[in-house]
Amino acid sequence: MSTFSQSAATALHLITSFDPALWAIVGRSLLVSGLACLLAFGFGLSLGAWLGVARFRGRAIGLTLLNTLLAVPSVVVGLVVYLLLSRSGPLGAWGWLFSIKAMVLAQALLVLPVVAALTRQVVEDTERAHGEQLRSLGAGTALRAAMLAWDERFALLTVLIAAFGRAISEVGAVMIVGGNIDGFTRVMTTSIALETSKGDLPLALGLGLVLLAVVLLLNALIASLRAWRQRVESGSIPIWAGSAA
Amino acid sequence: MRTLLSLHDVGLQFGAVRALAGVNLHLQAGERLALVGSNGSGKSSLLRVLHGLLRPGTGTVQSATRLRQAMVFQRPFMLRASVRNNVALGMWLAGTRWRDACGAALQGLERVGMQGLAARNARALSAGQQQRVALARAWVLRPELWLLDEPTASLDPHAKREIEALMASFAQGEGGRAMTMVFASHNLGQVKRLASRVVYLEQGRILADLPVGEFFNAQRLRQVSGAADLFVKGELA
Repeated sequence: MSTFSQSAATALHLITSFDPALWAIVGRSLLVSGLACLLAFGFGLSLGAWLGVARFRGRAIGLTLLNTLLAVPSVVVGLVVYLLLSRSGPLGAWGWLFSIKAMVLAQALLVLPVVAALTRQVVEDTERAHGEQLRSLGAGTALRAAMLAWDERFALLTVLIAAFGRAISEVGAVMIVGGNIDGFTRVMTTSIALETSKGDLPLALGLGLVLLAVVLLLNALIASLRAWRQRVESGSIPIWAGSAA
Repeated sequence: MRTLLSLHDVGLQFGAVRALAGVNLHLQAGERLALVGSNGSGKSSLLRVLHGLLRPGTGTVQSATRLRQAMVFQRPFMLRASVRNNVALGMWLAGTRWRDACGAALQGLERVGMQGLAARNARALSAGQQQRVALARAWVLRPELWLLDEPTASLDPHAKREIEALMASFAQGEGGRAMTMVFASHNLGQVKRLASRVVYLEQGRILADLPVGEFFNAQRLRQVSGAADLFVKGELA
């Protein structure tokens, strides 16, 4: 058998036998990326929706900066967070370096521009088409931003996938600020990098398969939500079952 | 008659494009004013200035104090929500409690014959039904002034008749209150049926402002504006 097929077989065994080491790493990865996305979604969605609706001097420069941040390498984000959290850094007193908190912070900062920029685009397109009608009803900037973001919630699910995909698959930032400490800050991507360098390909491949499975599961969930939305929008499902009388 | 809105020498520019120029208009309570003209003549811009959605670059707009007004667009925007909630939204934004707004929304839907569809997703409705929901959304605000931007332009003939009937019924006024209506339309038949006064716009300028009877009197219209007369002849041909 080739190394790949041997590794794949061992990887499947690790997965199906619920290998505690593997699942601990998977759980930690999901925790870190999930929390980071939650944080980034909270801030990024608000910022993006507001930017999509608000008009102010310097907005174009702000948008250019935001779009530039989309391409920031994860190691750079890791380095910045490292400098912030290191003992001599401005946030050194928090004592977060080489902890889960630091990894969450780094990933949140990494995906924040993704969430904000994509949300801004979605909301701005809707605002251009329909914002005037909401204004005619008396909705101000903040309310319009909130209403349009809520109205585009299904489109924004794609933003969530993009953000989660970026967070869970990055290795540079969490490696720098987490330190890849076994049983403490080791996550799927840092583990894959380490096990590959050590030559333990089955574990590395097993983690890779789980990583793919997680993203696949997320996509399937979003696809189901979309299908449900289409059924609702085609009118085959009422939005609420209250009496119309 | 009470003057609801007065425009004095209003001008509006979008970059190099002149949308309105030297517009003077006095709108009296109870009038049904039709804005006619070809595409890009300034009808929609004028409606938006009247509603306060666009601020004129020059001139002034004076309105009666506490004038309640509502605007209906050619393609109404429906949120991904129930029909009832879409109607209640306008009232809620105007400061009514959500519970009360929902109750009023059901009355509004009854007024436009849509009560049976209150629980439906508003996005799933036909264009004509959505326009009726938009009328209900405006109606619940109890406006003294209705502004309608080509409300039947994208509808099939049946839906057009329904919306026109509702407009006619709103124009009659309710509870002793006079309704004032300003609507943009390309349909001169509709203008004849609904309007009491017609304003003809061309390149952002008012070229004719006449009672409906005089506007459709070719001789009289020719005296006022040859361009307006040509427009009417072209539309009726």
